[in-house]
Amino acid sequence: MFKELWESFTDALEGLGSVVHFLFRLVVHSPSALLRFNLISQQIFNSGALSLVIIMLSGLFVGMVLGLQGFQLLQRFGSEEALGTAATIGLVKELGPVVTALLFAGRAGTALASELGLMRATDQISAMEMMAVDPIQRVVVPRFLGGVISMPLLAAIFCVIGIYGAQLIGVQIMGVDSGSFWSQMRAAVGLKDVMEGIVKSLIFGVACSLIAVYQGYYATPTAEGVGRATTRTVVTSAVVILFLDYLITAAFL
Amino acid sequence: MRKSRTLNLGTGSFVLLGFASLFFLTTQTTSRGLAWFGPPRYELTAKFDNVGDLKVGAPVSMSGVEIGRVAKIDFDSKDYKAVVQLRLNERYNKIPTDSDASIYTQGLLGGKFIGITAGGADTYLKDMDHIDFTQSAFVLENLIGQVLANFTKSKADAQNPVPADPKAPEKTK
Repeated sequence: MFKELWESFTDALEGLGSVVHFLFRLVVHSPSALLRFNLISQQIFNSGALSLVIIMLSGLFVGMVLGLQGFQLLQRFGSEEALGTAATIGLVKELGPVVTALLFAGRAGTALASELGLMRATDQISAMEMMAVDPIQRVVVPRFLGGVISMPLLAAIFCVIGIYGAQLIGVQIMGVDSGSFWSQMRAAVGLKDVMEGIVKSLIFGVACSLIAVYQGYYATPTAEGVGRATTRTVVTSAVVILFLDYLITAAFL
Repeated sequence: MRKSRTLNLGTGSFVLLGFASLFFLTTQTTSRGLAWFGPPRYELTAKFDNVGDLKVGAPVSMSGVEIGRVAKIDFDSKDYKAVVQLRLNERYNKIPTDSDASIYTQGLLGGKFIGITAGGADTYLKDMDHIDFTQSAFVLENLIGQVLANFTKSKADAQNPVPADPKAPEKTK
């Protein structure tokens, strides 16, 4: 039993090591991939622009819920005007990056993993290697960079839509004064809060894209293997995002 | 060709929307960003014995109207005073030179802000000028300390311990 435990521990370590090694390979190939920008642009379209609808809808509803909950809570203390501050800080620092990253893992990460896994299963990656085309440089790096670029932009869009969602509920429906909603927000939210959100979304973008690309590239080349790679992408991404979220929050305190 | 055009259009509008959102977050939801595009400013300094928990970015007001913000708080090691730099809106440039600056508290336990009361001089403060008359922050702990000190002193002055003993704990409550 101890032997099995030890083996699963070393397996986990080996997996972590190969992810880090894979990340280094991606970073090394990134500068040359940047020269072929239309490949990356295509991937920004796939993982960014196509995720826009789900991100905007979720942002709107998250903002509206924040507006409603925040109003109910703040009303007890007679400080409904702080709603703008509460909603914005909550969105910019925490909910924006985390929810966007979870949605991104579900919408774009699974697409990346299954696409690469299917390429592996149908021997397209082997065919590229035969033709002396480096599949990492041609296929994997553009997808990785596309995700890394898209994620902070998606998180920013999510936050803005969310703030307007909170404003819709708080100001338009619940009757909080519009001027104090915005002015208290401006007085209380600092550039540091916004920077924390941007740093979080950047790091989550790297983590999500890396996990998706890694799982897809090293998927077992069978139908079952591709399915498992997709599942693993979502599960691993979610856990890693929440873990990193704690670390970054602690670092910014 | 047609397909790549719509694709680039989609990517372009997505990236534009993303950067517009980033711009909105950094400039419209924070007070810092507004200063870049805000009205022209000028700066004054004032020295206080004690600034309490005054923070950078706290409002500076005159008759309750916000006319600027605290830009920097520093410590002068020559005369052991706090040096507060105020950044005021250029629109309010008619502040008499003998005006005084005091630190007030918003509400009972709210944040601190600086209130400027106009003096009577007919010359006005200019950029990098100094406000001479200041009044320090009201520190609740010092006030409680003073009340307690007065209280024990008056008790000692009375010098009639027999009726004072049962009353004293009642008063401190």
